[in-house]
Amino acid sequence: MGAGEEGGVNWLVEFFGDPEHWSGPAGIPARLLQHLEFSVLAFLIAAVIAVPLGLWVGHTGRGALLVVTSANAARALPTLGLLVLVVLLIGVGTVWPVLVPLIALAVPPILVNTYEGIRGVDADLRDAAYGMGLRGRQVLFRALVPVALPLILLGLRLAAIQVVATATVAAYVGLGGLGRFIIDGLATKDYGSVFGGAVLVVLLALAVQWAFTLVHRVVVSPGVRQVR
Amino acid sequence: MGDEPLVRWDWIARNWDNGTPYAIKALLEDHTVMAFLPVVFGLLIALPLGLACARWRVLYQPTTGLMNVIYSLPSLALFSILLSVTGLTRTTVIIPLTLFSLAVLIPAVVDGMTSVPDHVRQSAVAMGFRPLRRLLQVELPIAVPVVLAGLRVATVSSISLVSVGALIGQGGLGYLFIDGWQRQFPTPIVVGIALVTLLALVADLALILIQRWLTPWARARRAA
Repeated sequence: MGAGEEGGVNWLVEFFGDPEHWSGPAGIPARLLQHLEFSVLAFLIAAVIAVPLGLWVGHTGRGALLVVTSANAARALPTLGLLVLVVLLIGVGTVWPVLVPLIALAVPPILVNTYEGIRGVDADLRDAAYGMGLRGRQVLFRALVPVALPLILLGLRLAAIQVVATATVAAYVGLGGLGRFIIDGLATKDYGSVFGGAVLVVLLALAVQWAFTLVHRVVVSPGVRQVR
Repeated sequence: MGDEPLVRWDWIARNWDNGTPYAIKALLEDHTVMAFLPVVFGLLIALPLGLACARWRVLYQPTTGLMNVIYSLPSLALFSILLSVTGLTRTTVIIPLTLFSLAVLIPAVVDGMTSVPDHVRQSAVAMGFRPLRRLLQVELPIAVPVVLAGLRVATVSSISLVSVGALIGQGGLGYLFIDGWQRQFPTPIVVGIALVTLLALVADLALILIQRWLTPWARARRAA
């Protein structure tokens, strides 16, 4: 390529300085919004499925082996392959074919961490909650969940990161979002677009990471934080 | 898709070893190399860094913070950024994957060292072990299970992530995904997914066996 080190900076200036990149359906704001839309939707659906299931499995201990095994297997699944296969088999009429693999990849980290979080709560604490007269569901929500919250949030954070990254790759099968700058740039050898898109994706990932740190600070009880 | 079958077995037979660089066998070898090198590099870098973090705890917070950030970066974005430096080569894939391995392995090494009970360390000192020998013969062996747990995660993720490199032309078995998509032909995609998953499974099993071999006392304790 022979672009050298200055290539990167020049490309950035070129990419971000071009007013065309800031407006219209293919502009940065529109692409960012699309990216967020898909990611948030997939993440929320995954959370709605995985958090209750994880709480239930952790609390009752039923199906634990299945959860752990399937989560390990899911880590080995190649994102790109799954994405391409599902979209090829179902077609690209709507966004659902793309959302399915995104959800499938986000569920395991949430599920496992929620399960492990609930499971890992000190048995004495659980007994104490029962001893105080709390019943099954009350024990779960008033004693176990607050203590397990750091791990549950970790699972949610890993899933969110996974979704944002995979949504980038999903541009390859025709999904909008920031990945388009990278994929289209690669196809047309417009490395300014590739580089600019990559920087945007990195910034988005950092924003997600930072948002979760903030949530962690707000919702995790100070008492629990100290123990860790 | 009409009546196109999900898998055409004859395609697999014809392309397993057809002499081109895109034969399934060649891609599998490529994939294996590109997945394992980052883990090996990662371990080589993570051991000294992790030991340093375990020894000087002030280093630990900033290091894990940095590793958390690195781990959150999408692989495709890192590949694309590196394109401007290393071009369309294997290095462009191997460097980010090494960073991801580091993000998993450094905390694993530190946790492993922390898992060494204090009385064991003190016994070793009392028995006259010097720091280096204590590290090699007492602390590291005890840390093995925790480090290997990290190594398993790093290996499996690395194997699955290599395929994203196909988008910049260096993805081992990931090539099959691109090929299948461009021709709207599912067989290569299914073969690719199956082989990547299988490779991850085999590597994971191998690491479990290595762990058993490195920690014979764990088995003895279980039997007792």
